[in-house]
Amino acid sequence: MIASQRNGPPAAANAPAPPRPLDGDPAGGHQARAVPDRAVVRDALGVGLAVGASGLAFGVAGAAAHLTVWQTCVLSLLVFTGASQFALTAALAAGAAPFAAIAGALFLGVRNSLYGLRLGPRLELPRLLRPLAAHAVIDETTAVAMVQPDRRSTRIGFAVTAVSLYLTWNLTTLAGALGAGALGDPTRLGLDAAGPAVFLALLGPRLREAGEQRSVALLGAVLALAATPLLPAGIPVLLAVVAVPVVGLLRRKRPLEES
Amino acid sequence: MNVWTAVLVTAAGCYLLKLIGLSVPAGLLDRPAVRRFAALAPVALLAALTALQTFGHGAHGLVLDARALGLAAAGFALWRRAPFLVVVLVAVVVTALVRLVAG
Repeated sequence: MIASQRNGPPAAANAPAPPRPLDGDPAGGHQARAVPDRAVVRDALGVGLAVGASGLAFGVAGAAAHLTVWQTCVLSLLVFTGASQFALTAALAAGAAPFAAIAGALFLGVRNSLYGLRLGPRLELPRLLRPLAAHAVIDETTAVAMVQPDRRSTRIGFAVTAVSLYLTWNLTTLAGALGAGALGDPTRLGLDAAGPAVFLALLGPRLREAGEQRSVALLGAVLALAATPLLPAGIPVLLAVVAVPVVGLLRRKRPLEES
Repeated sequence: MNVWTAVLVTAAGCYLLKLIGLSVPAGLLDRPAVRRFAALAPVALLAALTALQTFGHGAHGLVLDARALGLAAAGFALWRRAPFLVVVLVAVVVTALVRLVAG
């Protein structure tokens, strides 16, 4: 959901487990890296609670976009993937056509499909549980689950992150939506800067490694700005996706410079 | 189509995207081209959204105002690895202060 947190709490989950007492457990056999359940729960809760608090920003964004408290809360309950929620809200606030607003949100959700592909074989969920688990296939649960050494801790990490994040994200969304309504003029308070700051914070971790990502980000932003005076609201954002194949073609043309 | 329709269609679409990944056999979707698009499309969209919400004015205008300074401050906070909510708060506070000072 909030990918930027990958450099925060999830990094702790990411860190190779420090030597733990159970590492030498002879019963562990080949699973020498087994992690105690308590450690997995602790890491998962850390991510779930910390990232979940960001629902506050979404609640405020919903209110600033003139969505009702209900609409804002239903987005957090049913969409439950932050970047898509923020994108839809921003597009509607900017007066984009609904189909353009929806398309932008769905483009941002495509990455969750790929998370599911990687998580599926690791979780080995019974068929009946998949529809429920699917709702929680997002940045944070994937980040926590994929660093676990075995199936048991993968499942615990996924479930605890999912539940703690879902509860926190939805409660803070409600708090933000109710609170923002009481604050008054959002512009005077600088709240109109919260939206772009959210997107920048989501983007930040993806730009830490130089290369293709930075080129795509730069070209995407330029395309969207250049198209704004010319195209209907909502379309310039979608146009930015063109940066992906363009950068790919440009890089393929000069492979020698890469190496 | 009203706001509620957009909310519910987005919810259904995002859920299906999540479910597809868990349900289809790996290998069907796990191709380099799909993986590349899924990794890079969010980068392009997030960059575009950041730029438009920083410089956008109305449906078709672009403007340089207090938000740009707020976002620059947020970028600095991000570079210093500040937590998510701190980054957002920095942008809000700096933007509000600039407006206060500039009157």
